[in-house]
Amino acid sequence: MHDQTLTGLAAALAAGEFSSRELTEHLLARIERHDGALNSFITVTGDAALEAADRADAARALGEAGPLTGLPLALKDIFCTRGVKTSCGSKMLDNFDAPYDATVVEKLAAAGTLSLGKTNMDEFAMGSSNENSFYGAVKNPWDLGAVPGGSSGGSAAAVAAGLVPAALGTDTGGSIRQPAAFCGITGLKPTYGRVSRYGMIAYASSLDQAGPMARTAEDCAHLLGAIAGHDLRDSTSVARGVPDYTEGLDAPLSGLKIGLPKEYFGDGLSAEVESAVREAIAVYESLGATVREVSLPHTHYAIPAYYVIAPAEASSNLSRFDGVRFGHRCENPTDLIDLYKRSRGEGFGEEVKRRILIGTHTLSEGFFDAYYKQAQKVRRLIRQDFLDAFEEVDVLMGPASPTPAFDLGANKDPVSMYLQDIYTIAVNLAGIPGISVPAGFAGGRPVGLQILGTHFAEAQLLNVAHQFQQATDWHLRRPDLAEETA
Amino acid sequence: MALEHADVLRAAHLARLGLDEGEADRYLDDLGRILEMADQLQSIDTDGVAPLAHPLDATQRLRADEVTEADQRETFQRCAPAVENGLYLVPRVVE
Repeated sequence: MHDQTLTGLAAALAAGEFSSRELTEHLLARIERHDGALNSFITVTGDAALEAADRADAARALGEAGPLTGLPLALKDIFCTRGVKTSCGSKMLDNFDAPYDATVVEKLAAAGTLSLGKTNMDEFAMGSSNENSFYGAVKNPWDLGAVPGGSSGGSAAAVAAGLVPAALGTDTGGSIRQPAAFCGITGLKPTYGRVSRYGMIAYASSLDQAGPMARTAEDCAHLLGAIAGHDLRDSTSVARGVPDYTEGLDAPLSGLKIGLPKEYFGDGLSAEVESAVREAIAVYESLGATVREVSLPHTHYAIPAYYVIAPAEASSNLSRFDGVRFGHRCENPTDLIDLYKRSRGEGFGEEVKRRILIGTHTLSEGFFDAYYKQAQKVRRLIRQDFLDAFEEVDVLMGPASPTPAFDLGANKDPVSMYLQDIYTIAVNLAGIPGISVPAGFAGGRPVGLQILGTHFAEAQLLNVAHQFQQATDWHLRRPDLAEETA
Repeated sequence: MALEHADVLRAAHLARLGLDEGEADRYLDDLGRILEMADQLQSIDTDGVAPLAHPLDATQRLRADEVTEADQRETFQRCAPAVENGLYLVPRVVE
């Protein structure tokens, strides 16, 4: 059961091969057996999942099941879930049971899915390795000595290990695509505003976007269809109809124009990753696509721009964690300022403090124009690079990350860690969609091919990714988990 | 723009973030290198380029000024560290 895709499981449920309860029990047993080693979950909600599974089975018996009814998923612990701990990977929210559901959580429940729990993540989604969680690092199922990527590393590891068939993640600078690449699964970051951010704990509001992480593009298409759409409660969500993302999956790729940004194949790219990505692109040529080199000339400035804009927004967003209304509160504060300072000093981890400090500094008097305003101008140039490229080609392709998953603890310098997101960050600054699909291995660790499209081109990206998965079997490979092989 | 120890403490105070001297020292080097990286932005000519705050270049949408939510004070205060008679408790502000 656990090796099947979401689509395969839906078909098996519809055919009566097993019930949603049986599937849920099977996956909960796998979590029990394997998650001690992986640490991919912060909270497992077994009882609630089984109750939801029973409701799904009852709905199916009455002929009321939809395409996603009874399918178990997991949610990154950044999404508010009513009555369930929503920690965002932080000591600050270790005691926080959310009083309401995020819109995506409501939508997935309305579609009949059930949640097995909340997945581990870098604290407040700040990280590229999932080593910054208050609950400890997540391990990569392909190699327990390697990171799963961040910040949606718990979701990626849980899917790769077959603990859930799919999960939700969020992507502020690559946090769906990079862990998907490191763990050998498929992860889609939709266009900014395509999916409501209501109830998703904000890191950098002009960059954050929720999206699906699953085994295949087809599964991502089903999930995106369930979670996308306008939400009056999120003023940044876009009022635009949601297409059927599964409709065009089988469209042939003959005539597809692929652009390879030359800046994505330069210094710092692992030779093995490059080789896997170029072989994947050759598959596209065999499917009738044409390939040409393009340029995104401001790529080099994406990381500096991001590390001004994102911390600036974070320093503002995280000001709500003040020890007064929810979250961690220090003992015996002497006055209000002491309450604020000690609650925040005790509740936040090192990387979060680092970004709050940078953000506060760059927004402060005397530095705003030089840093924040200049970064926002550069952001426009970065976005224009993409728009110019999409005048010439349909999609862009390149690696999702310059290296495969690195060893746990290997990357201690924050600036070096920030460079891990060199190929993903510009996408968030521009607000365009991107998907990472499994495309080979380097040193036994998965490699992700990143495919980018213009704003709201998710259907095209899913079609392009799905056709690759019809022609290759990288997405079918599974890690050997030690306990199973013993 | 070189960062000094006092800048770290100033930012920590503005952010209401408790840091002791030792922590501030530890952050100084990291923050300095991050700002050095950010200084690369100064080399780009952005004359005549408008800042982009929203990736779709959209402006903030306003909704009608109408009450849409019911009072949920009790629900929301259930997760507060300290409340009394429907109010959040904080240290005395006015003597």
